[in-house]
Formats: sequence, structure tokens, C-alpha cells
Amino acid sequence: MAELKRLPTLPGVHLKDEIAKITHRLRELGLSRHVDKAVWDKVELARHAQRPYTLDYIHHMFPGFIELAGDRCFSDDAAMVGGLAAYMGRTIMVIGHQKGRDLAARTRRNFGMPRPEGYRKAQRLMELAGKFGVPVFTMIDTPGAYPGVAAEERGQAGAIAATLLCMARLDVPTVAVIIGEGGSGGALALGLADRVLMLENSIYSVISPESCAAILWKDSAEAHLAAQTLRLTSSRVAELGVIDAVLPEPRGGAHRDHAGAAHIVKEALEDNLRELETAPPQKRKQERYMKFRRMGVWRENGLTLF
Amino acid sequence: MAQRVSINISRRNGASGDAESCPLCKQLLSAAELRENFHVCPNCGHHFRVGARERVAMLADSGTWEEIAASLRSADPLEFFDLRPYPDRIEEAEYDTGLGEAMIAGTCCIHKMDVVLVAMDFSFMGGSMGSVVGEKFWRAADTAIQNRFPLVAVCASGGARMQEGILSLLQMAKTTCAVELMSRVPVPFVSILTHPTTGGVLASFATLADVIISEPGAMLCFSGPRVIEQTIKERLPDDFGLAESNLSHGQIDMIVPRSQLKDKLVQVLGMLEGGVACALEPLWEEEEGRPGRGGPLAGALGRIKALANSSWRSLKG
Repeated sequence: MAELKRLPTLPGVHLKDEIAKITHRLRELGLSRHVDKAVWDKVELARHAQRPYTLDYIHHMFPGFIELAGDRCFSDDAAMVGGLAAYMGRTIMVIGHQKGRDLAARTRRNFGMPRPEGYRKAQRLMELAGKFGVPVFTMIDTPGAYPGVAAEERGQAGAIAATLLCMARLDVPTVAVIIGEGGSGGALALGLADRVLMLENSIYSVISPESCAAILWKDSAEAHLAAQTLRLTSSRVAELGVIDAVLPEPRGGAHRDHAGAAHIVKEALEDNLRELETAPPQKRKQERYMKFRRMGVWRENGLTLF
Repeated sequence: MAQRVSINISRRNGASGDAESCPLCKQLLSAAELRENFHVCPNCGHHFRVGARERVAMLADSGTWEEIAASLRSADPLEFFDLRPYPDRIEEAEYDTGLGEAMIAGTCCIHKMDVVLVAMDFSFMGGSMGSVVGEKFWRAADTAIQNRFPLVAVCASGGARMQEGILSLLQMAKTTCAVELMSRVPVPFVSILTHPTTGGVLASFATLADVIISEPGAMLCFSGPRVIEQTIKERLPDDFGLAESNLSHGQIDMIVPRSQLKDKLVQVLGMLEGGVACALEPLWEEEEGRPGRGGPLAGALGRIKALANSSWRSLKG
């Protein structure tokens, strides 16, 4: 194959189609069909019904948590929770997506898919934190922002964008942890932080593997293959330079030991906050911008830049 | 870094060759007729999609366009393949559109006003945003900040590019940081949303502009109609996601037909720059107590106008 590609192109000779055909055939012959079962296991673990959700972490990490409700515009979105907690001898603002465990809770929490009012609540709480110099800690766990007509009419896209901008603007230190499903823009809205951590068995992806398979493979049954191709597991995401650290989970996974998982997150949060607080706010913000500015891989003048 | 390029029109952009029939009213339109009419159907007003290069030709004063970051190309960090490998899809898009990526960026004059202009092209992999689009937007914003030029972003995108996985998602965060840096100066930032602007582009820089202008009939939504129909298992309203519906729900500032876009854009930018000029020069104190025709307010407005006309060049030094 490589030899074929290296052949000098003569006018009138088109090897491109041949190369594409051979490449395609090679992949059909099994190279690409090899589905790594471990990847799909992680997807299922990230979505596990017994996996600790935001309020479970809050329960174990922040005794005396005071939940704050409402976006002051339209309603209170139960798929997004947030509030104040005492931590490390002072206050912290905790915000996260919230899923439900039984049918009633799932419906109430809208399967962890926020509507615009959820994002506006998050913004309100972030601004409140910024006003009083309180660090912001976010937990990410959503299949994505809710796709619905009313959500669109109330500005789902604008609400997500404004939340991102709000996080970019904050003078206080910010730490985000992906605790389960980091699905698309709805997840990223809480993820523009000074430090982004990821639990071992969580996933972070531009699109759900099912939707990706439906669009690119024209068959949602290829979700396993899509999951592998998207490189959405914590170790793969870390390789791409998108997150700062992977947090190991208790033996067997976070769903086996909520308290243990919460303890790990708590320690990581403490370490990161201590480091972040040594820098003055303007320097910290500048570093935040530079960190996100570096994200991406492209070629320029023949060089691949990471 | 800057490179002057001729504006050529690729074959997919609908401008070359034969007559086309309007998808809305079915009227047969010749290529020349369409080109003269800004690729808008003269019969029913349907706005045809235009490519990035044509868009630049429509907005920029002729001969003023200088492209920046023109040599950026996508890599394949995920070694992504679905039914076809990602580099193949890129190569095909390059061949079909004559572009290197889904966005071009550059500096130009619009009615003699210096601006940084970025234009997206839906024909290049659905105008999807990957690492290169994010980096180009960053460099465009940086150029705007360095030169104190306003930034105009013409958007057309299906969202984040799946083939670059999580890196594409993070371009939303990256472009948001660029917008924040612009607003700290501040330099005016206007986005023009064209059909269609959806997903990750709409949920990042496109809706963070100071003023959001849309073309008539553009589809603007975060989740696509099909995704929503599958979720709620209902037929969507006919005007779902259209620019007109977005306007009535308060999500955009205005809808401007393509033929009036350039003039409206200059008006808006002039007003915003006038505001920046006010912030730089303490004009209200000066006007106080000075008896003038029409009172101090009329005098101030006259000065804003004069400052807007004299443009940025005098303020830069």
C-alpha cells in the first residue's frame, strides 16, 4: 500500500481510486472489523444505572450542601443541579448534570438531558460564585442537551454557548470532572475549566456512538465499532491532550463503591484546587485560554502540530 | 503569512455552467441571472447556498482580500475510518470545493472599512468544525485584536466534525475563549448565520457574536429536525428552526436578505465602532454645557458619526 502511494503521479494516471479500493478491501478483510469488546464495556459502565450520579458524589463529599434552584427566567431544570457547600475550610460552588435511577426519577431528571433553563441556572450559579470568589466544581454526566422543539425555541444553542463563555470569564478557579457520560456540547458546557479530570470508566465524546453509527455507517447497530473509532474512553481521551488526568476508580468500578469513588474525586479536587489557587486570577485565566487554544491537531507547511 | 489569492468559484458552488431550477418555485434560472442576483431566486426569494469564496467576493471590496492561515490542513489524529478513511473524505472535499478546509479566513475591506472576515463552506464536509476550523477562527480573532479590526463570521455548518472526535468538540471551547479575548478589547464581532447553521458551531462562536444576523429561510438549530422527531415521535412544526422562527423567539437580532447584507453589515459595524470610539474619548463631558443646535445630544451624535467615518486608522496609532 505504502509503495503504491509513493509512486510518482504521472499525468493521466489516477491511482487514487485504486488506492481507495484496496484500502477499503483491506479494512473489510478484518482489520477494521476487529471490535475491541473492552471499549463497549466502558461505554456500558459509564452508563451503568448504579453508577454514582452528581447528587451521590455531593452526598459523600459535601455534608451540609445547600441546593440552589431556578434560572430566574423560566423554570427549574432538574437535569442540572447546583449549590453551595463547605469544603477545605471554605465555600465551593458545585454544579452538575443529574440523572435519575428509577423510572419516576429518570422522567423528572429528563435522563440527565438539560434544557436551556438548566444551562442558565448553571450560569447564574457560576456568576454567583465569581461574585463572592468561590471556586467552581462541575460534574459532567449527560447523554447530551435535550433535543426538543421547546428547548430549541428557548435557545438551546445560545444557552450552551453562553455557559461556555461564562466559564471562560470566571476569575475563580474551576475544576471539572467527567463522572459518567460526557456527551457532546451538552456536556462540554460545564467543561471549560482550568482542570478537567476524567474518571477511569467514563466516556467523553463529540457524539453518541449510536448517532455516529447511524450517520456514518448508516446503521446504528454499528455503535460498538463507532465507539472504538471515536476513541471516547478515558485513556484515549487523555492521549489526545484534552483532559488533565484520569482518576482511577475503586476495584470493579465506581458503581461498586460510591463512597470510595467520592473519596478519590475529593482528593483530586483538593490537590487541583490547591495548585490553582497559587496563581493570581489573571494569570490563571490566561493559562486557561492558552490551554484551550492548544487543543486540536493540524498540519501546516508539512508539519503536523499537536 | 498573508497571501493574496484570486477568487475562483468551484464547481459545486452552483455558479458555473448550466441553468438551475429553484427548489422552491421551480423556476428555471440561468447561471448569469443567479450570479447577478446574489444567488437568490428573483421569483420567490429563495436563497441558494453559496460557497466561502463566493461569499467573500460578495462582501469584500474587490482586490482587498488577503487570506490568513491558508496553509492549515486537517491531520487524522484518530486514524478515523467509517465506510471510508477520513483522509479520503478530506481529499474529496478539497477536490470538489477547491478549498483547503471548511472555513477561509482573511482581512479585507467592506465599503472601505477594514475587517477580518471568516466564511464557512457547507460543501466542505458539511461545513463541519474540526481542529483547523477552530485554529483558523482563533487566528482570525487574534488578527482582529492585533489590528483593532472588527470580526465578521459567515457561518454554515452541520456542527462538530465527527472524524476528529473529542478534538472537534473542544473547538467549541477554543472558539469561545477567542470570543472572550475579543470582547475584552473590545473589537466588534458580528456573525451572519446562513443555511444551515447547527450543532457545535451554533452552540459556540456563532451565537456569541455582539450582533447576530441571519439570511432568510436559514435553518438554525442545535439538534437537527430528524433527531428531534425521533426523540419526541411527533411531526415538527413547519417553521421549526427557521431564521424567522428564531427571530420571533428572540434568538437572533435580524434577518437581512442577501442583496442588502453588505450595506447592513457596514451600518452595524459602524455603530459598534462608534461606541468603541465613545469609550476611548470622553465625549460626553466635552459636549456638556456647549450650546449647540439641537442640544448636546445632537452634537454627540454628529461626533459619533464623524468618528465612525474616520474609522479605526486614526485610533490605532
